[in-house]
Amino acid sequence: MKYVTEFRNPAKAQALLTEIRRLSQLLPINSAKPLKIMEICGGHTHSIFKYGLETVLPESIELIHGPGCPVCVMPRGRLDDAITLAEQPDVIFTTFGDAMRVPGSQKSLLQAKAQQADVRMVYSPLDALKIAKENLDKEVIFFGIGFETTAPSTALTILQAKAEGITNFSLFCNHVLVVPALEALLSNPDLQLDGFIGPGHVSAVIGTEPYQIIADKYHKPLVISGFEPLDILQSVWMLLQQFIEGRCEVENQYTRLVNSVGNRVGLEAIAKVFTVRDRFEWRGLGEIVQSGLKIREQYAQFDAEVKFVVPNRQVADAKACQCGEILKGVLKPWQCKVFGTACTPENPIGTCMVSSEGACAAYYKYGRLSILGKPSQPKKSQVSV
Amino acid sequence: MCLGIPGQIIEITDLQNQLAMVDVSGVKRQVNIACIIDDAHPIESCVGDWVLVHVGFALNRLDEEEANETLRILAKITQ
Amino acid sequence: MNLSSANSPQHPILQKLEQARCHHSQVRDSNITLAHGSGGKAMRDLIEDIFVGSFDNPMLSELEDQARISLASLITFGDRLAFTTDSYIIDPIFFPGGNIGNLAVNGTVNDLAVSGAKPLYLSCAMIIEEGLPVKTLRQVAQSMKTAADVAVVQIVTGDTKVVNRGSADQLFINTTGVGIIRKGISLSAHNLQPGDAVLVNGYLGDHGTAITVARGELALDSTIISDCQPLNSLVETILDICPEIRAMRDATRGGVATVLNEFALSSQVGIKLKESSLPVREEVKGVCELLGLDPFYLANEGKLVVIVPQSKAELVLAAMQAHPAGENACIIGEVIDSPSGVVFMETLFGTERIVDLLVGDQLPRIC
Ligand code: SF4
Repeated sequence: MKYVTEFRNPAKAQALLTEIRRLSQLLPINSAKPLKIMEICGGHTHSIFKYGLETVLPESIELIHGPGCPVCVMPRGRLDDAITLAEQPDVIFTTFGDAMRVPGSQKSLLQAKAQQADVRMVYSPLDALKIAKENLDKEVIFFGIGFETTAPSTALTILQAKAEGITNFSLFCNHVLVVPALEALLSNPDLQLDGFIGPGHVSAVIGTEPYQIIADKYHKPLVISGFEPLDILQSVWMLLQQFIEGRCEVENQYTRLVNSVGNRVGLEAIAKVFTVRDRFEWRGLGEIVQSGLKIREQYAQFDAEVKFVVPNRQVADAKACQCGEILKGVLKPWQCKVFGTACTPENPIGTCMVSSEGACAAYYKYGRLSILGKPSQPKKSQVSV
Repeated sequence: MCLGIPGQIIEITDLQNQLAMVDVSGVKRQVNIACIIDDAHPIESCVGDWVLVHVGFALNRLDEEEANETLRILAKITQ
Repeated sequence: MNLSSANSPQHPILQKLEQARCHHSQVRDSNITLAHGSGGKAMRDLIEDIFVGSFDNPMLSELEDQARISLASLITFGDRLAFTTDSYIIDPIFFPGGNIGNLAVNGTVNDLAVSGAKPLYLSCAMIIEEGLPVKTLRQVAQSMKTAADVAVVQIVTGDTKVVNRGSADQLFINTTGVGIIRKGISLSAHNLQPGDAVLVNGYLGDHGTAITVARGELALDSTIISDCQPLNSLVETILDICPEIRAMRDATRGGVATVLNEFALSSQVGIKLKESSLPVREEVKGVCELLGLDPFYLANEGKLVVIVPQSKAELVLAAMQAHPAGENACIIGEVIDSPSGVVFMETLFGTERIVDLLVGDQLPRIC
């Protein structure tokens, strides 16, 4: 697979790891006081676990798994709203597979489907539009989730719906923005982070420039990274270089896809169809100003929140849930009181356990070996199968 | 977040709606390529291009030169 | 008309009627209707024309309510009866590489075979949605017959029900099978021992991928075909050369990962796999990358996992590779003693990660 296989080369990874180990020894860090690097994007979290990268990095480098999984940061109230929409008569509710199993306060979309709601999984918003054209007697709602990566696709779909004069299609818009979320994280006094691995596919759309504020105002270096193991390791290496040389910059490892200004067509489509919400609630992080998108008035005929009465439920995160602490890097998943006991992928309490990209689910699914192997971790008895 | 996978455009299937057939490891799927078309890259010139596919859209073009450059840097770090 | 004379058996009208009653007529309707399940003539025609006609064996042609099998003939094959049942529900019912019919035969044949049994007889119960084209049913029945012939089993009893439109999705099939387990063979998920080798008979995830593509919802196009095939001949071959095989299971729903987790839990051992040795086709990888799936959890319909004592691993491997149902067989890992109950994978990077049981179905994802 071109552009993939060459970035999965194990021999090169070994050599890179040796280099990373050498560089890490030049810094005043150790396993008790590690360098804390957050990978913002859930896709990175996934790769890190899939390839077991965390277990081969030196102990003086700790990876913190950030809030970059659109499913994980969806508050329960919004999910309840989505389920309410899905249960309207004559509605076909379309969604990416990711959102199917996420628990709302009462049930998930999958359970709503079992109770008669017409919920269908699609691969692309264009597929949802196609369903609308084939079912003119029904209203087809698309559950728009995702960061700036996914927003162009829904924006372009709405533009196409408008051009084709389609009247039975609408979007329940939950798109969120990366940089405001990072700023919210960085403004938190508890936060203990030294630098970031920046999201690659979001940056393909927005470019590298919007991250400048992270380096300038918050003095944290950030390297935008691809998703293959060599990409991620190289990004760690680039961050180490910055620390050693005392630099604090936004750098781009993923140059084969990402440029400084982003994708013009995608950004224009977003700007045309969407506008920034005053505030949007993030699960585990609370309300963040100017961190979500909504549909502009000119396109209100495609806005499910205008076409339908959306209850706009406010549901607090579960009490036992410590996802916020996990997302801020204050706690590790196994340090949450309910990890692996009351909170498991079958019965997630918190959002980090839901999607396979959530930090807790990733640890539960892939990471138990490293926890089993680390005698210092107290959860041993609870995580054995 | 945002699963994306490289694929190669093998055919323009719908000029007006800017749709093209993309091949990912032998699997084909029609995707919207609006985001990679501009004056410098008219739609007809896109066949053969490698793009990153995300939810049925080509998000951006992949740059072979840059990919090679990254691999060169990697080789240099690890030699 | 003089009735009393018409009552005489020689009367030409009665003879005609009698002929019509007994006549094995062909089903002429183009679609199945509720009448075909009513127990009347339409149903008899359906059974005789489509099922008895296709399956074509003396036991079924008796048209009794049960197949009668002589015990003496059975015990020549071994000393225990293996007995299994499975229902087949698949969308779409025709897919690249097969259809619900040969799937229903091969699936049950394989469930018997992996116990070390020689599969012999199958039943076939069909639940048909009203409106199904008769042509489709005929095609399915014929594929069942072909599959049964290839696997050298007979379909000896059956049942048909027709349900209202919407009460079933086109066609559901249940097959139950019996086979005889040869003497001295005792395969079990509890038998695994540290040091054993883990083998599979070829590429993983073909069936799951072919079905995902064939469903059409994701608008993908590929040339991947289902691996639907009978495994009894392969099983026989490897048991001949290595009766010490510890355990076998066909890796259907939940894929190889699920089978191995069940093995590890039952035997209280660990299983360590090598990512580099997992056989997965490029196209299957492509679909998995696009949809965020893991081929290791995808369904197969002609793949089995075999646990073999280390000393016999190469021998069994060679025998598998020499068999048409195992050309691409390979050793994918080994059994170790701890951590117990856990399957894990040595990644391409020499790192390790857990391969856990799935929570639910794998759903295509975007993030
Ligand atoms: S274990 Fe569950 S409740 Fe605890 S932080 Fe993780 S997801 Fe939240």
